[in-house]
Order: sequence, then C-alpha cells, then structure tokens
Amino acid sequence: MAPSPPADYTRGMRVIFTRAGVMRGVGRSVPLLLGIAPFGLVVGVISLGKGLSLAETILMSGLVFAGASQLLALELWSDPPDILAVAIAAFVVNIRLVPLGAALSFWLDHLRGWRLWGSLFFAVDHSFALSVAAHRGGERDAGFLFGLGLLSWVGWAAATAAGHLLGAAVALPPTHPLFFAATATFVAILVALWRGPRQDVPPWLAAAGTAVAAQALRLPAPVPLLAGAFAGAALATLTEGRRARARADREDRA
Amino acid sequence: MTLRWDVTLAILAMAAVTYLCRAGGYAVLRAVRTPPFVDALLRNLPAPLFAAYVALALSRQDLSAVLAAIACGLAQARWRNLGVSIVAGVGAMAALRWAGM
Repeated sequence: MAPSPPADYTRGMRVIFTRAGVMRGVGRSVPLLLGIAPFGLVVGVISLGKGLSLAETILMSGLVFAGASQLLALELWSDPPDILAVAIAAFVVNIRLVPLGAALSFWLDHLRGWRLWGSLFFAVDHSFALSVAAHRGGERDAGFLFGLGLLSWVGWAAATAAGHLLGAAVALPPTHPLFFAATATFVAILVALWRGPRQDVPPWLAAAGTAVAAQALRLPAPVPLLAGAFAGAALATLTEGRRARARADREDRA
Repeated sequence: MTLRWDVTLAILAMAAVTYLCRAGGYAVLRAVRTPPFVDALLRNLPAPLFAAYVALALSRQDLSAVLAAIACGLAQARWRNLGVSIVAGVGAMAALRWAGM
C-alpha cells in the first residue's frame, strides 16, 4: 500500500531538510563568529601552552567541538595525558548538552541517517537557542539547525588554529598574562550564569569550598573539581525542591 | 604536524563522551523519563562546576589573579560580552604584572 499523501492541513507543518535551509542557518550564524573567535583564540593559545601540536589542536576542536570542555580538559592536561581525567572532565562539562537534543525533537524526529546524527554532532548552545526561536517563528526546515552548527564548527576550528599559530609566532613565556584568559573565560561564564544571591551564593560557595578542601587533601585531578561541582549542584537541587514544596504549601493554604 | 598516539587517544575519548552527551540525550530522553531529582541535578550542574573551577584556579595563583578575576567579572556584568570580559581580565592581569605585582 502506498503511503497516503499528507492532508492539506498538515502540509504547512511538514518538516523538511533542504540546501536552502542549511544556507539560511549558515547565514544566520555569521554574526555569531564574532563571539566564537575570542574564545577559540584562547583555547588555541592554551593548547600551545600545554604542548599540543597544531594538528592535535585542530583535531580536538574538530572532533570535540565544545569550547568550555576543551578548555577545562586542557587545564587538567599532563604529558602523557591522563585519558580518564580529561574524558571525565569533558563529560561533566557537556552533560548540559544532554537535554538539548531532546528539546529539538520537533525537527530531529523527522530526520534520519546523517541528517539526524550530523545535526546532533553540530548542536551547540546557541544553535539550539536560535533553532527554538526559529521554530516558534514558523521555520520548518531542519537544515537551519545543521547550517548554524556547520559554520560555527568551521569558525571554531579556524579560531583555535589561529590562536595556536599566533601563540607560536610570539613565543609566549608560561607566565604571560595571556594565559590568564582561561581563568577569565570561566569567571565570565560564571557571571553570565548568575541568577540571584539566594539561589546562587550557597551552592557556589559549597562548590568552591568543597573543591579547595579536596585539593588541600591532595586528592588527584579531576576529583576536587567534580566533588565541588556535585556538592554545589546537590545543594542547589535540594533547596530548589524545598522552595517548590514551600510554595505548594502556601498555595494549598490560600 | 605531529600527532602523538596518546594525545590522539585522549582527544578521541573526549570526542566520544561529548557526542554521547549530544546524541545520547536525544536517543534516551525520548524513550525514558528521568527522575525529577536527576533532571534538576543535571540542570544545576554547570554553574557550581565553573564556581569550583574558578576557586581552584585562583587558589593556585597570586593576589593579582583575584583582582584580574574581579575586573573580568565586573566587565561581564556590565557589558554581557564574553570577548570583552576576557580582554578585560587579561588586560587587568597585564597591568598588574607591569605594575610589579
């Protein structure tokens, strides 16, 4: 039996994947390159500082394609690298990507093969946000998501390579202020995630205190980092649950 | 253009877990409902992770790093631009080093 053609009322809703959609995504991500470039330069310079070759830097950017996790793994980098430590670091930083794919199901559910798994490979925070906005605005071409990620991926690999080349050209000593860029990047990300003192101060202090205490106990990397992260996240989750229950109680009494 | 096998292996391991996060989330979360506590824990993980990172990084550096971090944080709060904030932090660090700190 031949599949029946879609009814007229669903035709406008059908999700497609076209070259035009991909190109729309590429065009939309051009201004985002301005945000990607400085971060990529930093990761490139730090890669050089940690002894990675240009080819290794490009390989990491091309295959991992997740800036914060690359930077964090590089901070834990040793020679030879502790494979388990850097993999755990990448995993914990990128856990935030887990719900992204599920939230993009409005397009991904209609894709198969390389279009589906390729779109997931290129998905990053900003392409996710822009795709949700575009979908709400009536975009039905899933190529948009693919195109957004594709140019960001090219820009990311190019920016990290440029950072590596630039650092090598000026032969930076290990104490150069430019290497403070790694710490500065995470300070800026942290400030960007700030919601308010009551929500954020207790878990952030718990995270910082636990991490520094674990380090003072000479626990190996990345244990202090992970202990701090999970202590803070657990505290935030518990207080969030308590606040929600208190709110429910008030509504019950009202 | 050197490509050491141990570095390549570390990069492949990072790439594998990262793709697992990207694609595994889509494949698994469509089929399985995670418990609300796990959901909330994952949602609350990024900020404490970065807080722990910054605390560790600053604990291993001197006072000038703390001051430069404050400059960087203020720039982020004021302009909300990652590139500007990184430049502010590195610039403050360079100025403090130049001043002899």
